[in-house]
Amino acid sequence: MELSHFSAALIFALCASVVFGITQKEKTRDMVNYAAYCFALFVGGVIVAGWAMWLIKH
Amino acid sequence: MPPTSKTNVEGVAERTSKVPAQSSAVMSVVAPAVGWLVPGLGHLIQKRWIRGLLIAASIFVLFLLGLALQGKVYSPNTGNILDILGFIGDVGAGGLYIVTKGLNAGEGAIHIATADYGTKFIIAAGLLNIISAIDAYHIASGKKQ
Repeated sequence: MELSHFSAALIFALCASVVFGITQKEKTRDMVNYAAYCFALFVGGVIVAGWAMWLIKH
Repeated sequence: MPPTSKTNVEGVAERTSKVPAQSSAVMSVVAPAVGWLVPGLGHLIQKRWIRGLLIAASIFVLFLLGLALQGKVYSPNTGNILDILGFIGDVGAGGLYIVTKGLNAGEGAIHIATADYGTKFIIAAGLLNIISAIDAYHIASGKKQ
């Protein structure tokens, strides 16, 4: 089995965000918000790092 | 006899108040232990069904995808500090780690670039399981609902 870099990063971001949301917050709404926040940061970080590497290469 | 009946009532009250405390104390040991052994089970035995299932799904998916990507499962006592750190992360997955080692799976494939993602997935699954087991303890001890 092989995954692309981006799909691997998405799967990792999703699973880690779910666990972070559940374990770090008390109320259900806060859990969902925090999981979404973590997911956005993970994916945003991947995109920023990807563009940074592209700029370094070019 | 009023004094005796009063003593009995207090005794019963004392006994009944001790039962939940003892049960909570037992649960605060059992929940993190089973949560470590089987991801999500620490929440499920405390009737946090959705949380338990979501945690189990996340950790199982990460760990099994890691194996499918031919990631490496670290062994103890290799002498290399990075391997020891990898082992600490892996062993956090509890039963998944034990079963994988028992089946001699997770040998790793250094010639496949994406296998390194698998190795990291397995370590991340173990570390997330440790966080989940601690959360199960917090629920059992009443620090969290």
